[in-house]
Amino acid sequence: MQTSRKKGNLIQNLIPPLSIAAGLVLWEILVHLSDYPAFILPAPSQILLRFFRSISDGVLLYHSLITFLEVLGGLFFGTSLALLTGYYLAHHPIAESVLFPYIVASQSIPMAAIAPLLTIWFGSGMMPKILICSLVVFFPIQINVIIGLREIPRNLLDLMHSMRADRLALLRYLEIPSALPVVFGGLRISATLSVIGAVVGELTGADAGLGYLINTARGQYDTAMVFVAVGMLMLIAISLYTGIVLLERRILRWQGTD
Amino acid sequence: MDSFVKISNLSKTFPTDDGNGLEALDDINLTLAENEFVCMIGPSGAGKSTLIRILADVLQPTSGSVTFAGNQDPTRAIVFQSSNLLPWMDVLHNIALPLKIQGESETAANRRAEEWIERVGLSEFKDEWPKTLSGGMKQRVAIARALIQQPQLLLLDEPFGALDALTRDQMAIELLKTWDLQHPTVLMITHSITEAALLADRVVVFSKRPGHITHELKIPFERPRRAALRDEYSFIQIVKELRGMIMD
Repeated sequence: MQTSRKKGNLIQNLIPPLSIAAGLVLWEILVHLSDYPAFILPAPSQILLRFFRSISDGVLLYHSLITFLEVLGGLFFGTSLALLTGYYLAHHPIAESVLFPYIVASQSIPMAAIAPLLTIWFGSGMMPKILICSLVVFFPIQINVIIGLREIPRNLLDLMHSMRADRLALLRYLEIPSALPVVFGGLRISATLSVIGAVVGELTGADAGLGYLINTARGQYDTAMVFVAVGMLMLIAISLYTGIVLLERRILRWQGTD
Repeated sequence: MDSFVKISNLSKTFPTDDGNGLEALDDINLTLAENEFVCMIGPSGAGKSTLIRILADVLQPTSGSVTFAGNQDPTRAIVFQSSNLLPWMDVLHNIALPLKIQGESETAANRRAEEWIERVGLSEFKDEWPKTLSGGMKQRVAIARALIQQPQLLLLDEPFGALDALTRDQMAIELLKTWDLQHPTVLMITHSITEAALLADRVVVFSKRPGHITHELKIPFERPRRAALRDEYSFIQIVKELRGMIMD
């Protein structure tokens, strides 16, 4: 029973990578059978070669690092601001009703529309991209902080009050741990949004980053390079997401199903 | 015995949407002597939990007062029907929590928590998350977490209400033994007449909402009491008398 289930798991774990490999082979064959030029649809093998070349001349790592730093910076500032304001708004319902229309309005502006403005105001460096990332990261986390804090059971609050817990003890022993699972949910969403935010910013006007790399490669009909850059973006988003999930699993061990 | 807490003309009305208000407690007068164990019994919704919360200082009365002997502010601990353990702390840290909130050091708090874990027979489970414990074990942790505070006033809001009948009986006996170690003043809600008769020095009977006290009965048995008491004729007579009061 136990071993057959393990075997079943193994096969199930093998299916996704095999499916990807099959897709790549199909793509390669398709390109060779058709007459598409490489600047329309490069074959996976050409993309792989382009990848190695951009690694060896350092271009890929440099631009990836810029984008990665923008994404991280945005996550850091957006999350910090969301945690602080979320905590405040959760405890001050009137302030929440006053400010919420503005927060929602700011979120309904498409980020592609404000990116040019931020570039006009702050130039083509990393700063406007970090701002865009912070903006898109902010909302999902703030909402979840408010929900997490509001959903703390009445009985647990009574319990803490009966133990004479002060604000700090309440925060440390009750509010942070009970809001964390919900906040992590917001963080997962924010991590991928942050990558999108950085690229939108870079496509609008930049002198470095993967978005900039995509723009210049397209100008030179270097479509393989565009694919490489897109792949890097996926890699960044997936590793951030995975990192957060692993962190979540470590911190929220008490939640684990066993 | 000296009076420890005096509840005078206490009423509590909760605001409702229709503006009439929900009258939970109506003119409660009750005095607990120091080290006295008092059980409250009566229909659900009679405001007994409200009274417990007012005494725990997490709720304010609409009118009337609660005064403590010498106008002091006694240490109090509360145990609810649901164990209310913090799911992100293991058994040890749940029990040590009140001490840490009071500013005791991590090591000192944990050492005293270990003593209590042993006392409630959970030594093997001290590193477990609450979700892995049975209902009875969770309630033992909750009781240990209350008693580690060495409260002068222990408030028990139907602590065994969610347990099966066998566990419930056993827990009542355990509570009796643990209470003998400290003798805090206790106000306990229960729906079990036998439990009330076994544990309490005095039982007060509540009416339907708005709750007020209809009867009081002193339970005359000597302490320390033992489980076998429940089979004695005089005990059965007391239970009968209590049942009659509730039926009124």
